[in-house]
Amino acid sequence: MLSNLWLLIAIPAASAAVLLLAGRKADRWGHWLGVLAPAASFVLGLIAFFGLRDLPGRAAEQTLWTFFKSGDMTIDFGLLFDPLTAVFVLLITGVGSLIHLYAVGYMAHDEGRRRFFGYFNLFVAAMLLLVLGNNYVMLYLGWEGVGLASYLLISFWYNRPSAATAGKKAFLMNRVGDAGFAIAIFLMLAQLGTVNYNQVFSQVGALTTGTVLVLGLLLLLGACGKSGQFPLQAWLPDAMEGPTPVSALIHAATMVTAGVYLIARSNPIFSANSTLQLIVVSVGALTLLMGCIIGAAKDDIKRVLAWSTVSQIGYMFLGVGLGGGAYALAIIHLLAHGFFKANMFLGAGSVMHGMQDQVDIRRFGGLAKYMKITWLTFMMGWLAIIGLPPLSGFFTKEPIIAAAFEQHDAWKSWVFGGAALLGAGLTAFYMTRLFVLTFHGPKRWTDGQHPHESPAVMWIPLVLLAIGSVVAGGLMASPVAKWLEPPLPAAPAEEVHGVLGHTAITVLSLVLTVLGAGLAWALFRRGTALEPQPAGPVVRAARANLYTDAFNEAVFEKPGSWLTRALVYVDNKGIDGVVNGLAALVGGGSGRLRRLQTGFVRSYALSMLAGGVLVLGALLAVRLG
Amino acid sequence: MKYLSLLTVVPLIGALLVAFVPRTKPQLAKQLALVISLIVFGLAVAAWIAYRSDSGRMRLEESYTWIPAWDAKFSFAADGIGLVMLALTALLVPIVILASWHDLDNSGKRSVPAYFALILALEGTMIGAFASADVLLFYLFFEVMLVPMYFLIGSFSKDVPTKQRHYAAVKFFLYSLVGGLFMLAAVVGLWVVGGHTFDWQQLVNADIDSGVGRWLFLGFFLAFAIKAPFFPFHTWLPDAGGAAPAGIAALLVGVMDKVGTFGILRYCLPLFPEASKYFAPLAIALALVGIIYAALLAVGQNDLKRLVSYTSIAHFGFIGIGIFVFSIQAGSGAVLYMINHGLATGLLFLVVGMFVARRGSTHVNDFGGAGKLLPLLAGIFFFAGMASLALPGLAPFVSEFLVLAGTFKVNKTVAVIATIGIILAAAYVLWMVQRTTQGTLNPALSTVDAMKRDLTKREMIVVAPLIAFLLVLGFYPQPVLDVINPAVEATIADINPVQAGK
Repeated sequence: MLSNLWLLIAIPAASAAVLLLAGRKADRWGHWLGVLAPAASFVLGLIAFFGLRDLPGRAAEQTLWTFFKSGDMTIDFGLLFDPLTAVFVLLITGVGSLIHLYAVGYMAHDEGRRRFFGYFNLFVAAMLLLVLGNNYVMLYLGWEGVGLASYLLISFWYNRPSAATAGKKAFLMNRVGDAGFAIAIFLMLAQLGTVNYNQVFSQVGALTTGTVLVLGLLLLLGACGKSGQFPLQAWLPDAMEGPTPVSALIHAATMVTAGVYLIARSNPIFSANSTLQLIVVSVGALTLLMGCIIGAAKDDIKRVLAWSTVSQIGYMFLGVGLGGGAYALAIIHLLAHGFFKANMFLGAGSVMHGMQDQVDIRRFGGLAKYMKITWLTFMMGWLAIIGLPPLSGFFTKEPIIAAAFEQHDAWKSWVFGGAALLGAGLTAFYMTRLFVLTFHGPKRWTDGQHPHESPAVMWIPLVLLAIGSVVAGGLMASPVAKWLEPPLPAAPAEEVHGVLGHTAITVLSLVLTVLGAGLAWALFRRGTALEPQPAGPVVRAARANLYTDAFNEAVFEKPGSWLTRALVYVDNKGIDGVVNGLAALVGGGSGRLRRLQTGFVRSYALSMLAGGVLVLGALLAVRLG
Repeated sequence: MKYLSLLTVVPLIGALLVAFVPRTKPQLAKQLALVISLIVFGLAVAAWIAYRSDSGRMRLEESYTWIPAWDAKFSFAADGIGLVMLALTALLVPIVILASWHDLDNSGKRSVPAYFALILALEGTMIGAFASADVLLFYLFFEVMLVPMYFLIGSFSKDVPTKQRHYAAVKFFLYSLVGGLFMLAAVVGLWVVGGHTFDWQQLVNADIDSGVGRWLFLGFFLAFAIKAPFFPFHTWLPDAGGAAPAGIAALLVGVMDKVGTFGILRYCLPLFPEASKYFAPLAIALALVGIIYAALLAVGQNDLKRLVSYTSIAHFGFIGIGIFVFSIQAGSGAVLYMINHGLATGLLFLVVGMFVARRGSTHVNDFGGAGKLLPLLAGIFFFAGMASLALPGLAPFVSEFLVLAGTFKVNKTVAVIATIGIILAAAYVLWMVQRTTQGTLNPALSTVDAMKRDLTKREMIVVAPLIAFLLVLGFYPQPVLDVINPAVEATIADINPVQAGK
């Protein structure tokens, strides 16, 4: 298998092509093909995974063909299967297969189900390319491929204006990050002449500190875009416009963790510059708190989970930013998160399925009795994410909090450790709020609701993911950490003694978790008001996504559309006007000539001036080099 | 085989034949035109094969007497750049002919034979320009191709008011003519200082005073910058692209505009290396402004064909940068970009044409939610849009990557600013797609019967080869790059002997 890695990608890609090209006659069996493809890749991935153990160096690399070549620049179409890739492949295809299976039931009544599975398979193929590439261009290829699939699936119900807009927003914000990523690749090519992982990493030492910092920041920008981290987080909650299985697979378990993969994969670059690491840690800490605060104020079940995802990925960024042994901690949390968040998203889908697509948690309540399996499996996810021992979150989140406390500078320990600790308490609060309002307390349903359990094709994946949520953390934590080094660095032998001891941190985080959960339980066990209540400034800000959307609108969208309209005017009336005016002059059209003399000439002159300034500015930029 | 002269002459003779088909037999005219264009395509394939077994910088050389007194000859030759461009032309023309099959149905007085004869005449002159090895001959083709294009823009589109068409055609003609006049002056000047010959090879070797060279460079450059077009000479293109039938617009931006960028590579750089270096910062600055400026304008357009025209101006900015930073990667990227842009924007224009033919309007607001009625066409529209924004996995990505990566090595600031263009590209493509095919279905659409007829067989044959090329060249562009790379290396070596090979 290790010599045929391309099959992992080719199978879902071929399936996607069949599903999208075959006509309506494929509607009857198309979805089963769609489930089969990632399952087949999962089996092959397992074989490759076991093959890896006996391999010297534990990495299989192969070049399929020369992608493109010009002068001294050669980019290969090459694949790499190593321990880091292996865990991602298994997560993507394993959890992915379960979600595909669930979608067979969830999308049963949608006339576009075949198209849905086509896009879903396309996503799996692109995501596998992302993690299987042996160089940054391959990673970029998959990176944009998953962005495409994400766009197609967010705006899957394209006749809903909100879905179309959300898809566009996701694509555009990602493109901002992608531009950073692309420039990072150009920088590597200019400085090192290669994009191949091994060759880049072995030469990092030869780069100046400044170059490493810039390179890392550019990669970080790309990572923030894909992973919904500050300042490019705004698209992710809107992405919930897509069908729920999409939210589970793409916008929770896999694609949004690509940023974490990028940083973990580039660990020799990030570890080479402490300023860079500090910035990554700051982004993680800030985003994890943002996600918690906003998540606590939302009433849409999927948006709460979306902000929770933003927050949990913040923990992962915190982990990869801390460096050293914490890289592996972040990856393990990523895996555990893949299980429990996919579980909860699918649970939310199951609730929506039974409640006629209602998403407002103020309109749920008391569902535990009506949807027992969904309730129990969701409960596992909830307990896992808040980090209750011995569920998986306890084994994967708590070590990141501890690592955040174990830094050489006391202030860093307090700031980042404190943020992570506070986040644990807040997570417990908002997740408990979500859980209680949905499944317990009085019924607050709209008229005509008859909640019911979902069919087996939906609850079987739920049960399997719930089992994963319970045991994954405990089982995986230490063996996976070991398995991942290399390519990830090992934990340093000498332990840093932070400002707080291990036990103290564990106790503190458990206390905060219990406090947060208890507070939410006390506040919401009797339900909640159906209308938005007047609130203090913090809650108002949280409801408005901490005004980040307003900021984007005021700083980018409004001036952008204003500039566009102004330029359309200038181009029609100004630049073109100059020529028309000259033509009129030469041609002696007296009518136009007169108009030219009365005022128009001023706008021509003005736009010529503006054009001149523009060109001069560009010339200056060219001179900068 | 005399491939290059045949490639030039066959479509021209074909144009004559088609023109003589009586107007009462439109079907015959179309079929004849299609067959001729397919023969030309076959010849181009054969030329490609023959080219690879030939050797040297200029291959497939032919030469015939023309005006001995001026040392002007009917001489043809192709380097890798010329070869890929004429191959692109030969590929696109049959596709465009098939796409334009029903352009003149129910349009009364417009002559079908004339329409298709003009397309073939255009093909012959464009191939002639790419295949010339004589400066005067090139100039001749450069100017003559205006004539068929003038009529094609001005007289045939059903969906555009007469006044607007005429305005666009005249504007196109005047702009090109002005550029052509500058070039004529430069051609004459070149003959005077270059040793009284029009032979390209001899002129490249001629020793031209750098002061004179700069003036001559400007003459050529102005003509090419208008043709390409670069900011601020671009305003004729949205009018022309908006007024021409979609297939003609595809040829206009897909091939004819490339004569401008091709001309810069073939004439400005090798003939006036010193001047090229001297003016390079200015050319790059114009290209850079074009990328951002035209992309912002594309976002603001409400007419689909004008919108696509503006996106092309932004793309020409990338090509311009690629040419003038004088690096192998950027240069090869620019040439590859010329091909890929022809395929991607060609497809985009043709698909827009299919929408327009059904709706009878080019205005974005007349659509809305059309994906519900025409899922397949909407899907291909989206595909073409993705190609246009250079999505990795499709051909334009490779060329954009090469241009930007090659530029970054030489000039970081320029590369970084140009990269902003890829964000704007996403904005105009997605905004266009959303307003046309997504969102609530525009109720007016349901009343148009044609809007309920998804892709026909003929239309599938039109789009299939373009889609296939965009995909194949997206993953495996090396065969084309292998042809382009040596030609670009030779061109860069003319400019900068030291840099060659890097």
